[in-house]
Amino acid sequence: MLKHNGAGKRQSEAVSGWLLISPTFLYAGLLLAAPLVAVLFYSLTLKDVGGFSLDNFWEVWTKPIYQKLMGRSLNVSLSVTAVTVLLAYPVAYFVSFHVHPSKKSLWLFLITIPFWTSYLIRVFLWKVILGYNGVINSGLMSIGLIDAPLQAINYNVQAMVLTLAHAYAPFAILPIFVSLEKIDRSLLEAGRDLGENKFLTFWRVTLPLSMPGVIAAVLIVFIPTVGDYVTPDLIGGGKLPMIADMIEVMMLKQNDRHMGSAIAVTAMVIVAIVSLIFLFLNKQFLRGTK
Amino acid sequence: MKVHALRSYTIAYLVFLYAPIILLPLFAFNDSKVIAFPLSGFTTTWFITMWKDQSLWTALKNSLVISISVAVFSTTFGLFASRAATRFEFPAKGAALGLIMLPLVLPEMIVAMSMLVVLLAIGVPLSIFTIILGHVLLCTPFSTAILTSAFQSLDQSLEEAAMDLGETPLSTVWLIVLPLVMPGIISSVLICFTISLDEFIMSYFLGGNEPVLSTYIFGQFRFPARVPAIMALGTILVCLSITLLAIAEYFRRRGIAKSGGKDTGGFL
Repeated sequence: MLKHNGAGKRQSEAVSGWLLISPTFLYAGLLLAAPLVAVLFYSLTLKDVGGFSLDNFWEVWTKPIYQKLMGRSLNVSLSVTAVTVLLAYPVAYFVSFHVHPSKKSLWLFLITIPFWTSYLIRVFLWKVILGYNGVINSGLMSIGLIDAPLQAINYNVQAMVLTLAHAYAPFAILPIFVSLEKIDRSLLEAGRDLGENKFLTFWRVTLPLSMPGVIAAVLIVFIPTVGDYVTPDLIGGGKLPMIADMIEVMMLKQNDRHMGSAIAVTAMVIVAIVSLIFLFLNKQFLRGTK
Repeated sequence: MKVHALRSYTIAYLVFLYAPIILLPLFAFNDSKVIAFPLSGFTTTWFITMWKDQSLWTALKNSLVISISVAVFSTTFGLFASRAATRFEFPAKGAALGLIMLPLVLPEMIVAMSMLVVLLAIGVPLSIFTIILGHVLLCTPFSTAILTSAFQSLDQSLEEAAMDLGETPLSTVWLIVLPLVMPGIISSVLICFTISLDEFIMSYFLGGNEPVLSTYIFGQFRFPARVPAIMALGTILVCLSITLLAIAEYFRRRGIAKSGGKDTGGFL
């Protein structure tokens, strides 16, 4: 390329870039952006009378039934996120810091295998394990430890949290592992040389440097679990409906797209706000440790 | 931080990860209609019951059509997006890629419902085709991510050399670029195939009355008597996905070896 042609080159590069990305971009625009805009439009209009209004949102935000469902979904997702990430961090730390480099792939492979087996079957297996006549109850009864099935382990929020923490485990381990791998090991030695003990080195060097991975893990676990449909149905036994059930009931069973959309938009707003709070807390934490 | 404690913890964690999956073969070969301990004996009845169920084969056929189409289309879309992302600078690149990757950070139920509302509003009948539309949307971000890393490890001077030796841009892509990112393409195809095969929410809501593997399995859970046959099916599926994964991992490693990179381990 000739030197005086720099601007022209940049322009032709821009054109080539856009041409190349346009099929994928148009697909996402038509099948994702347009439907999301439609949902936003429905949520802002009234069912029979039409016209723009915030009434749908008013109803979603003030009616106790919706508040209860949103609260339960948020509670389950936040618990799942906390449990999953806290359980996953030491595993990622171990594989990154204490496994020989040639064996790391194998460990990650072992961790990801259960994740590639049918999600539905995995969730159902927890029902099999925790259910009223399930593996734990029948096992304990057959060895005579209990006389009647335990009821505290099935059809409740804790059972859902356990199931989801299992289902999303690799999603938490992989990003944390990647961020731990990127840490320059000589920084840890420097910390140690400067007189920090192991724990302080971890707290002031390793943990802050791995925070991007932790935040990624938090978001990757938190976002999909808010809209989970299978677990409330199978593990909650349909008695503990969450946001996804509510959207389904509104959109399909009651055929009210407007209210259904208002719930969906509300859920997206909540997800966005909570995600931003996580990002903000992360920033504060990183500032605090410096 | 004692290394031993960490190691024991990690092993305990792996046991937790594998515990439910170990139960699959256990109850698939167990001679009882009830999924409970104690085990009552060995049988292969459940595999035969499963094999003879005609609706399973219909669902499987639909699922294969869907997953193969999704693997091909998502990888094609992924190729376009990742090539543009790694090779060119253009305005609003971040925004365009953001929209393409957006399905990764949206609850799936909301994506499915938004699509459903629009499809119903414009009168598209729900079928295998609408499931494919949804799955491609979900799988394209995965494909784009995998292929972006494949393109990033590609040495651009190889392309320049081919051009200098008289190849056209198109023949350079065909002769140099595609063969070098082929391992990435294959692992993208396999991963999109697996995700699509396993996907439930979109298949359930966008499929109308067309059964696919995941909705078939979900339906069977309603009948306790059919659960052992599902355990048998699950056992087979686990074996299949481990095989597919092993193949994908093999190609990923070969790709890294080919481009002279160092293996940093793991998918995604």
